[in-house]
Amino acid sequence: MIVIIDYKAGNLTSVARAVSHLGFRCEISQHIGKIALADRIIIPGVGAAGSAMSNLRMLGLDKAIRQAYAEGIPILGICLGSQIIMEVSEENQAGCLGLIPGFVQRFPNPLNTSEGDRLKVPHMGWNRIIRCRSHPILEGIDPKSEFYFVHAYFPKPEFQDSVIAITDYGISFPSAVGLKNLIAFQFHPEKSGRPGLKLLENFCTWDGGYAE
Amino acid sequence: MLSKRIIPCLDVREGKTTKGIKFKNNVDVGDPVEMARFYYEAGADEIVFYDITASYEKRNIMIDVVRRVAETIFIPFSVGGGIRTVEDMRAVLLAGAEKVSVNSAAVRRPALISEGAKAFGSQCIVLGMDVKRVSKSKKIPSGYEIVINGGRTYTGIDALAWAQEVEDLGAGEICLNSIDADGTQEGYELALNALISERVGIPVIASGGAGTPEHIYEVLTKGRTDAALVASMVHYGTYTIEEIKSYLSNRGVKVRSVW
Repeated sequence: MIVIIDYKAGNLTSVARAVSHLGFRCEISQHIGKIALADRIIIPGVGAAGSAMSNLRMLGLDKAIRQAYAEGIPILGICLGSQIIMEVSEENQAGCLGLIPGFVQRFPNPLNTSEGDRLKVPHMGWNRIIRCRSHPILEGIDPKSEFYFVHAYFPKPEFQDSVIAITDYGISFPSAVGLKNLIAFQFHPEKSGRPGLKLLENFCTWDGGYAE
Repeated sequence: MLSKRIIPCLDVREGKTTKGIKFKNNVDVGDPVEMARFYYEAGADEIVFYDITASYEKRNIMIDVVRRVAETIFIPFSVGGGIRTVEDMRAVLLAGAEKVSVNSAAVRRPALISEGAKAFGSQCIVLGMDVKRVSKSKKIPSGYEIVINGGRTYTGIDALAWAQEVEDLGAGEICLNSIDADGTQEGYELALNALISERVGIPVIASGGAGTPEHIYEVLTKGRTDAALVASMVHYGTYTIEEIKSYLSNRGVKVRSVW
């Protein structure tokens, strides 16, 4: 069973609908027992890092996620879920799960294109990802595919080998990060049409193994 | 770099779309779920639904439509029309919409925007504004006035001042509809779109007047908007989303071309 972690961070039904549409069984849950038995785990979420982390801790889910990660269970972070897996976030100076060394930073202000045009923050809409290394999760994805983003912060891993893909928006920022059995997207695969569904399908069949 | 978005807009009354699409195959053109699926597969970047159901009792029909759309398409979509309270917003978002759009109700009670942004995040809150060209005056220095009730009621509110206020209140996006251009298919109101887009820090969706891909090109470049709403020009089969995007791409506008 795929468990989508409910820690009161936004609407989780869209992730569940996409996974069900692909024919995989999933359950939205906030129970430690369910998470301990999960075959794979999805950490979704929109909102602020500070309140997300305090909800996770209050529910005891931070420990459950660390445990699952240590056991090699495939884990997918989405949007805020790709940020709270880092060590610390600039947003609310929140201490996070620390599964990947590094921090979470905000887009610089002002943010400009190379031609000097002012860019809006949050970064909202469709953009490409440029892969930095091969990963089973990116198999079958056309490099010209675009994904739907809505965010003002992004993960910044300490080590380059945790950066799976980057995206250009005034600056280049990590849009897919991963380490061992953990993969995370700053964009929303569940709202990114067919290529997004393909990524979710890849995750739902991934064994958590990853060798460069 | 971010792509410019092309967004079909569907008017829904009591669970049925008011304008069908001219399909080649026999799809139920009155069904908003089928229309959403059609545009999703045709490469729309987002879809907007306006619920124009007049009777309050029949509004729950829309929630069922939203739920079925959310099971069918996997791109963002927004729902507007008749949203007056945070509870109205919650119902639509829980049914699976990515965003809600508020218009007249926010003019009557601007706190609705900040309440919605606080409860669900700014990215969920689209502020729809209907605008009419008027002569410039002390009260309306931009020469564009906010109107409500489908353009029948003038509010005395300057469109530029309102756009800046809704941004401060926490709106995540503005859908800017020119009542003068709406339905003409003669092009978007470029001056209005440029004025608002340049003066706010949130994305602006141009609405009203699209008839050709060139109109869309103009509003995304000269009008400086982030997205363009389209209705009749795609519903009646005059152009496909793909034709619009390939036109824009050939003229150097970045659009999402693989889906």
